[in-house]
Amino acid sequence: MLLRHTKTEVMEREALTINPAKTCQPIGAMYAALGIHGCLPHSHGSQGCCSYHRSTLTRHYKEPVMAATSSFTEGASVFGGQANLVSAIDNIFTVYEPDVIAVHSTCLSETIGDDLKQISTKAKDDGKVPEGKYVIHAATPSFVGSHVTGYANMVQAMAEQFAESTGNKLDQINIVAGWMEPADMREIKRLAKEIGVKIQLFPDTSDVLDAPQIGKHVFYPKGGISIPDLKSTGDSKYSIGLGCFSGEPGAIALEKTCKVPFQTEDLPIGLRATDRFLTALAKAAGVKIPDSITDERGRLVDVMTDMEQYFDGKKVALFGDPDQLIPLTEFLVDLNMKPVHIVSGTPGKRFEQRMQAILSETVPDANIKNGPQADMYLLHQWIKNEPVDLLIGNTYGKYIARDEDIPFVRFGFPILDRIGHSYFPSAGYMGGLRLAEKILGVLMDRQDRDAPEESFELVM
Amino acid sequence: MEKIGILEGREKQVYEKKGDSAAIDIKCETTSLSGSVSQRACVFCGSRVVLYPVADALHVVHGPIGCAAYTWDIRGAVSSGPELHRLSFSTDLKEMDVIYGGEKKLHQSLTELIAQYQPKAAFIYSTCIIGLIGDDIDAVCKKVSQETGIPVLPVHSEGFKGTKKDGYKAACDSLMKLVGTGSTEGIGKYSINILGEFNLAGEAWIIKKYYEEMGIEVVATMTGDGRVDDIRRSHGASLNIVQCSGSMVKLAKMMEEKYGIPYLRVSYFGIEDMSMALYDVAKHFSDNPAILDAAKKLVNREVSELYPRLQHFRQALEGKKAAIYVGGAFKAFSLIKALNSVGMSVVLAGSQTGNKDDYEGLKEMCEEGTVIVDDSNPVELSKFVLEKEADLLIGGVKERPIAYKLGIGFCDHNHERKIPLAGFVGMYNFILEVYNSVMSPVWQFAPRKGGLS
Ligand code: SF4
Ligand code: SF4
Repeated sequence: MLLRHTKTEVMEREALTINPAKTCQPIGAMYAALGIHGCLPHSHGSQGCCSYHRSTLTRHYKEPVMAATSSFTEGASVFGGQANLVSAIDNIFTVYEPDVIAVHSTCLSETIGDDLKQISTKAKDDGKVPEGKYVIHAATPSFVGSHVTGYANMVQAMAEQFAESTGNKLDQINIVAGWMEPADMREIKRLAKEIGVKIQLFPDTSDVLDAPQIGKHVFYPKGGISIPDLKSTGDSKYSIGLGCFSGEPGAIALEKTCKVPFQTEDLPIGLRATDRFLTALAKAAGVKIPDSITDERGRLVDVMTDMEQYFDGKKVALFGDPDQLIPLTEFLVDLNMKPVHIVSGTPGKRFEQRMQAILSETVPDANIKNGPQADMYLLHQWIKNEPVDLLIGNTYGKYIARDEDIPFVRFGFPILDRIGHSYFPSAGYMGGLRLAEKILGVLMDRQDRDAPEESFELVM
Repeated sequence: MEKIGILEGREKQVYEKKGDSAAIDIKCETTSLSGSVSQRACVFCGSRVVLYPVADALHVVHGPIGCAAYTWDIRGAVSSGPELHRLSFSTDLKEMDVIYGGEKKLHQSLTELIAQYQPKAAFIYSTCIIGLIGDDIDAVCKKVSQETGIPVLPVHSEGFKGTKKDGYKAACDSLMKLVGTGSTEGIGKYSINILGEFNLAGEAWIIKKYYEEMGIEVVATMTGDGRVDDIRRSHGASLNIVQCSGSMVKLAKMMEEKYGIPYLRVSYFGIEDMSMALYDVAKHFSDNPAILDAAKKLVNREVSELYPRLQHFRQALEGKKAAIYVGGAFKAFSLIKALNSVGMSVVLAGSQTGNKDDYEGLKEMCEEGTVIVDDSNPVELSKFVLEKEADLLIGGVKERPIAYKLGIGFCDHNHERKIPLAGFVGMYNFILEVYNSVMSPVWQFAPRKGGLS
């Protein structure tokens, strides 16, 4: 479909984004906020933004996504949204009874210059925030960064506005989750339990965005980190921030406000990133990695060797969010594949640096771009100039996959046209196994599809 | 049963029919309360949905990236030819643009794009931020139009400047600038435009075929499978047929005023309304009895084929209850009739943008105990679904998972429908979908239907 609209010749574009590989900050803030138990995200702006963010999250997770809006009108956008927000806070606590309201701004409220901190303080002073309830806030203007930035900003707000240091150190490790699926968060909790480390994982959207059916519409499903747990992160002995774009800012905030030392690791996607994460966790907690985990790792390695003969030299194009692409690319290289085109809409220097480091030996001339004009149109142009064997990315990749007839693995956010993805982890060794299986599956399906009659074989 | 409250300040937007004959005093056409979990969208959303299906035009969203990203190909309005509308073009404003203005960036984007794609026209949507920083998009559009020779039309759709309805108006204003700019040569007397039909899953094609079978020429469909050139000459048609009146009546009125073209409001959902939509047009052209004859023949054929097929569903669906929450109230009327025709009752009828007359009409149609709501939210929806023991929810994207969480069937009657629900064949599709969802074996596992909880 897009085929006839995409020109092969790659020209410098300055002003224009075509088919973006990113979206805007507030949706990330909204997703992160859902990872606190009893939290209602609140969008300070017009209704439209909030409605789009909820629709997109709903389409991705197939779960009811609750969020309130300040419902800006022309008046609010001229005189400022303070009155709207104060009355919104009042209304929300009266009717929806959350434990926390997590307010994020939008382009509109940012441009007007509404000061969320000052307004929340005013709401509190006016007695609109009941005892034991909280309002936190994060600035998320969309003309800066992307949805990933918005996620990071809200996670940072959680750390800054909840963590308390009582001076009484607790034997627990914080894990500041980068943007991943509920199933990945669940997997991280499982791994920590298996190696016997007490962790505080935040945000934690498991059991919120993959809640069971109980015949009722539950406004606040049982998942999410609780307020006491979130407060206690200031007393933890160490933090691991997952993902330098989405998780690290939260970990830095904890160090600043509560002096919790931290290190940043990649999201544990693929073999090596999972190794590094688990080693860091075990070291921080002073425990040994148990045999059960070593066995899990061994199984992944075993599967990788079983698959080795099929992956050699296959070219891959990928797009998505930086924290997910970095370990994924490393994993693909470890499988002996060649990531040749990589696009991420999220700006940030560290992306290219990490990518170059990962690819310098195997694919030194890979096309890598992130930030402005790093869109799917560009990716498509690159693919036209140098075709690939596999495409990995979110749902929007399906157009390119169809046009160019490329096997396609859905990975990242958003996935709007498939169901179930948020229930299976891509993190950890089990997640690596699933990814490798998915990739090999589409490659072999393609081989079967294209095989001439005489070489269509039972054993491949 | 657990008591679920209604948001304070919203009591007047909820009405329950209880024997009284007094006029329904529902508060509507207001903005949502700050802090509500509203299912509503914005002005931009309104404009975007109306204009989006014009397939050979360029659609550029002037603003930060989100507004464009969220509206990238989400609507399923299909085209029989060009598909330029399915790409997502954005000026992707950055901080510096917000400070210094985005006019230059817009100009450059448009110049690049028009050179590359040679579209027939371009629609430029201004979003909230643009309204705020005060970019003069009219001037940019005018300039680009002069430079390129194609119509470049500003769409004033700043999200906060009203409701989705105001977006419809902005879209009609833009379309009106195209209407009347093409030659009407060769357009016959028995000709119509189809307005407020967006060709979701190919619905416009079904409707168009019916009219053509009656010997009527369809000049333009607006905007489903829309073409700029057709719109430009649409003032040559004798009659406008408006379905989604919320979105397109404004254009019909403007065309009536300026070109003297009368309009008819119709609905293509359900047997009754679909037949009426054909008969009304035939009656308009009463000087040509062949048209009415053809309409009768068509309806007869379709209904006699459809009717027996529906009876099978009736047995299963008789007595089942539905809750409806849709965008425009007009759609709710047809849905109620269609559901009644297979023995189902409606226990909740709500809309995002209905007016007093709409709600009065709904009240007339509904049975005792039916709840009528304006601008509802998930808490209320689930409250009424549970209290009224509905078996089905009809709604849009954000309502689907709510229905499933409650353990009842769902039918999308909004953007995400994948099969045509208009026309006679659409009625069959609709009831089939309702039947499949309501009767699905999965509900036996839902706590509400006796499954383990
Ligand atoms: S880009 Fe800004 S204005 Fe557009 S949806 Fe996102 S927050 Fe709203
Ligand atoms: S910024 Fe304005 S125009 Fe864009 S989605 Fe939000 S409310 Fe609508």
